[in-house]
Amino acid sequence: MLELRAVRVQAGSFELRDLSLQVPRGAYGVLMGKTGSGKTTLLEAVCGLKRVVSGSIHLGEEDITSCRPGDRGIGFVPQDTVLFGNMTVRRHLGFGPEIHGWSRQAIDARCNELAEDLGITHLLDRKPLGLSGGEGKRVALGRALAARPRMLCLDEPFSALDEDTHAEICDLLKRIQQVHHVTTLHITHSRREAERLADVRFRLENGAVQAA
Amino acid sequence: MEEEPKRHRTRSDGPFFYGLVAIAGAYLLLIVSLLAADAQYVTFASIGEALGNADIQDSIRLTLVTCTVTAILSMVVAVPTGYLLSRFRFPGKRLVDALLDIPILLPPLVIGLSLLILFHQVPILGRTIEEWVAFAFQWITWLRPDIRPGVTFKVPAVILAQFTVSCAFAVRTMKTTFDQIHPRHEDVALTLGCNRSQAFWLVLLPQAWRGVFTGATLAWARALGEFGPILVFAGATRGRTEVLSTTVFLEINIGNLQGAVAVSLLMILLALVVILIVRTVGEKTVLGTAAGQGGGMHA
Repeated sequence: MLELRAVRVQAGSFELRDLSLQVPRGAYGVLMGKTGSGKTTLLEAVCGLKRVVSGSIHLGEEDITSCRPGDRGIGFVPQDTVLFGNMTVRRHLGFGPEIHGWSRQAIDARCNELAEDLGITHLLDRKPLGLSGGEGKRVALGRALAARPRMLCLDEPFSALDEDTHAEICDLLKRIQQVHHVTTLHITHSRREAERLADVRFRLENGAVQAA
Repeated sequence: MEEEPKRHRTRSDGPFFYGLVAIAGAYLLLIVSLLAADAQYVTFASIGEALGNADIQDSIRLTLVTCTVTAILSMVVAVPTGYLLSRFRFPGKRLVDALLDIPILLPPLVIGLSLLILFHQVPILGRTIEEWVAFAFQWITWLRPDIRPGVTFKVPAVILAQFTVSCAFAVRTMKTTFDQIHPRHEDVALTLGCNRSQAFWLVLLPQAWRGVFTGATLAWARALGEFGPILVFAGATRGRTEVLSTTVFLEINIGNLQGAVAVSLLMILLALVVILIVRTVGEKTVLGTAAGQGGGMHA
């Protein structure tokens, strides 16, 4: 379970205060809110990329508020995908496990398993340049899932996708989340997306989180 | 459909476009004229004679060595400095940024003079920097009694004079390179388990390789063209601190204009090679990694 307890985050002059929410273990949580409401800031705080001024963040029984981003067991898919231009798709999938010290054999097995799950086996030796939007999202998702995180944070993962690809990735996300039993926090401003995917819904408005 | 070309080529646009072409063309003509003037002034025989001259061969050798060492040193400093300026906010950042431009803006002779004063007129714990360097490296004389350790008017002075200016250009190149790579790359690397150092070495730097290459090439080229600081700080002693830029100066001084032009043509050739390398490899810089920022996800 992900739990935020009276979290206060500051990013320059922008501030979020007293944010509290709970996403049950294995559930798909969707956080909605207008552009500029602080959704990304909140997600980055959960991932450890923004400093929490006060309050605490818990994942399961563990207080992860002051953990390094890499020690939180959270996979992050940013809005703009952010694939590493110099790495092949295979290396993207193997990067997290490699950093966590997995054996070569285990990394290869995980890459093949994920590539099959995500339908990107044919792309394994390609570099990001030239991949379609949908393919890029799949690679970013695989990269985030590779080291078997306890949680997945998705920052508007469907932005800049056409209608068909949007539906396709939506189904894929829900299936992957169920197969991998990973607690998910997905941020979006699309009500349609929330209705399609969410087990629990929240809205970030005027600096406060409310159940939606 | 028929109106489209007319819109681009209306009569009133003519003077504007002709004006642009005339101004750009005039400057281009000046550059081409300079090259042509040099080329028509020398013969193949005089170029061969210059290149066969032992002093000039030494000068070419020292130029290649010092420029390469300068480029390497510049990148050792420019990569971390560019990264620091691009990614972190700290008190006095604007001042640091401005100070780093000083070597670019200062007259070259002033840089040479300042280096000379720094090494000979600023005492630190009772000795000048030149004396400290000589003291620290006096063990060299045990191995090679013919070598007197020091910096000024020696090869290290050539490298330091070149480095002072070249490094500033390299820092600018690296800062721009890192600016073009979104910091989210490192953020993602951090969530994947990297620490800051791993995110830099494994994710950021490999994506910045074109910028590193461009920075090193520009630093090398800048070092090649350096003259003023070398003349003041390292001197222009034949066979000791003579590099190609000072060779041109020495050849003019002894009245060998043919030799000076021949060496100049060699420098022009090297500069052209560098420009071509930068244009073909470096100009793409990190834009080639736009894919990594999501921008390259085109079907």
